[in-house]
Amino acid sequence: MAVVETRKLTKVFKRGNVGAVVNVDLESREGEFLVLLGPSGSGKTTLLRMIAGLEEPTSGEILIGGRVVNDLTPRERGIAMVFQSYALYPHLTAFNNIVFPLKAQGVAKDERQKRADWAAALLGIQHLFHRKPRELSGGERQRVALARAIVREPSLFLLDEPLSNLDAKLRASAREELEQFQKRIGTTAIYVTHDQVEAMAMGDRVVVMSQGSVRQIGTPADVYDQPADTFVATFLGSPPMNIVPADGVIVGFRPEHFLPPGVAERLGEHVSYQFRVTHSEYLGAERILYGIIEGGPFKERKVISRIPATHGSEISDGNVYTFAIANRDLKFFDPKTEKRASAARLPL
Amino acid sequence: MFMPAIIYIVALVGVPFLMAFVYSVGDVKVGSTGYHFVGAQNFISILHNPTFIRSLENSFLFTISSQILVLIGANILALALKDAFPGRRFMRFLILLPWVAPVSIGSIGWKWILDSLYSVVNWVLVRMHLVKQFDTPVWLGEPKLAMMSVILVHTWHMLPFATVILLAGLTAIPKDIPEAAAVDGAGFFRTLFQITIPMMLPIINVAVLFGAIFTFTDMTVIYILTRGGPYDSTQVIPTLAFFAGILGSDLAEGAAISIFMVPLLVIATYMALRSAHRAEVT
Repeated sequence: MAVVETRKLTKVFKRGNVGAVVNVDLESREGEFLVLLGPSGSGKTTLLRMIAGLEEPTSGEILIGGRVVNDLTPRERGIAMVFQSYALYPHLTAFNNIVFPLKAQGVAKDERQKRADWAAALLGIQHLFHRKPRELSGGERQRVALARAIVREPSLFLLDEPLSNLDAKLRASAREELEQFQKRIGTTAIYVTHDQVEAMAMGDRVVVMSQGSVRQIGTPADVYDQPADTFVATFLGSPPMNIVPADGVIVGFRPEHFLPPGVAERLGEHVSYQFRVTHSEYLGAERILYGIIEGGPFKERKVISRIPATHGSEISDGNVYTFAIANRDLKFFDPKTEKRASAARLPL
Repeated sequence: MFMPAIIYIVALVGVPFLMAFVYSVGDVKVGSTGYHFVGAQNFISILHNPTFIRSLENSFLFTISSQILVLIGANILALALKDAFPGRRFMRFLILLPWVAPVSIGSIGWKWILDSLYSVVNWVLVRMHLVKQFDTPVWLGEPKLAMMSVILVHTWHMLPFATVILLAGLTAIPKDIPEAAAVDGAGFFRTLFQITIPMMLPIINVAVLFGAIFTFTDMTVIYILTRGGPYDSTQVIPTLAFFAGILGSDLAEGAAISIFMVPLLVIATYMALRSAHRAEVT
């Protein structure tokens, strides 16, 4: 049974406007870490807030544990949520923040202490019990917010960009920690982010959203390697997939699959193009080459190549080289719908 | 640059304040030309005056009850006006009216509303068969009712100010916090009493501080509605000082009665400021 399911879920904020969330069908699996990924304004937070009960759907159904919860208040849904701002109660100590949900449930005092100790031990924050939120660092606040979310052992965990307020260094370690933590407690989690690295690293499955609708649901490898449409193809990956229209078809290939001379021989079946490098960026571990294709069906199209810095051959700006792509790494999209076209003839 | 303000404060607040001190230890009457220092005699005499003791009690009763009512009312109004609904701007405008209208005009309106013969309140009560036609309550003529009436009218006047302050405090709470409380399983009252009100405490303190000082020193409502009557049952310190000092020509006694408020107000101000300082938000 799905922990959370949405059926044709739609939210329209202003009548007559386009919906913030449009006909979303979603089904999470038991214990899974599901990531909602999309640019800002794609409706991912609205979707999460509807599941939490903080936003009323315009139409459609939300099911938690097989039961329609549309008319239930947030407190009746048995979920826990971590907010982007953490939303800690500023006038309460960390301990009182953590036990607040238990108090609301009417849990006895001894039991409250026991559960707070358990949650704090899991996150290593017992020593912060007597501090107020403003006396805590960003990472500590995040842990207190997590502890507050887990104390009552919810059936579902909702996380709204909980790492976006941390600095870059802390974010990487917090990401790993959060992922481990979710695996350990085994609670189904829905995680909203606009950061594709977070989504790829943490998600069991990734839901890519744009303009209120779901573009693709799949494992990180699925959405990266087999994008369902050009939006998913260009939203994931940095730099994004090269998209070159030609002859009634859109061809896509990832920069890391557009390979310099000397490597092409090892690719098996492949196609080659003349690539004029206009400028390049050296990023330490890799080089990003920007340029245009000369001649052939993709004439004058701007493309990007990404090659490991360990690649030996000299490539300098302004020169033309023969670059190659393995046939299996070419993706085709329908120019009208921009959806993936399964089999297409490669324009030559 | 600050000179005009300083001159204004010294001339209109400082000098009269100092004069009050000087008068309170002298024997000045309206029209008298000399001044004799009499020490604490004026204070001893007012402390032996039962009317003064009564007024002091009334002042506390008037201030505390009206502030409690204002606080409860302002909290309810602020919560009701926080979220958008059709006509909210108009409602806010209506609620602000008592504060914008001059208090004397409002009080005169209330004097008619509570009049012994023409009272619209009584007319309604009679039509609703809640009171007998020829045995209607005399709102401003019976001691207990009169006190109740002045407290209610003053509450009516003070409510908008407190509502606006509390509304500002309420909107300053990030939207996430009550939402987190809702997800954490807190109902309306738990959120209100354990989250919203504690977070607004500093601003509630400010509202109470201003409201209490305003009320304790105000005489307009009582002067217009009851003149302290019946039988001094609504007499408060400011009205008593006015009646004794200005209408009764005994400037020294009036000054002594007024001066009596100073230590009380200083203590109240200090306590309120300290609690406002101690209440911590973020």
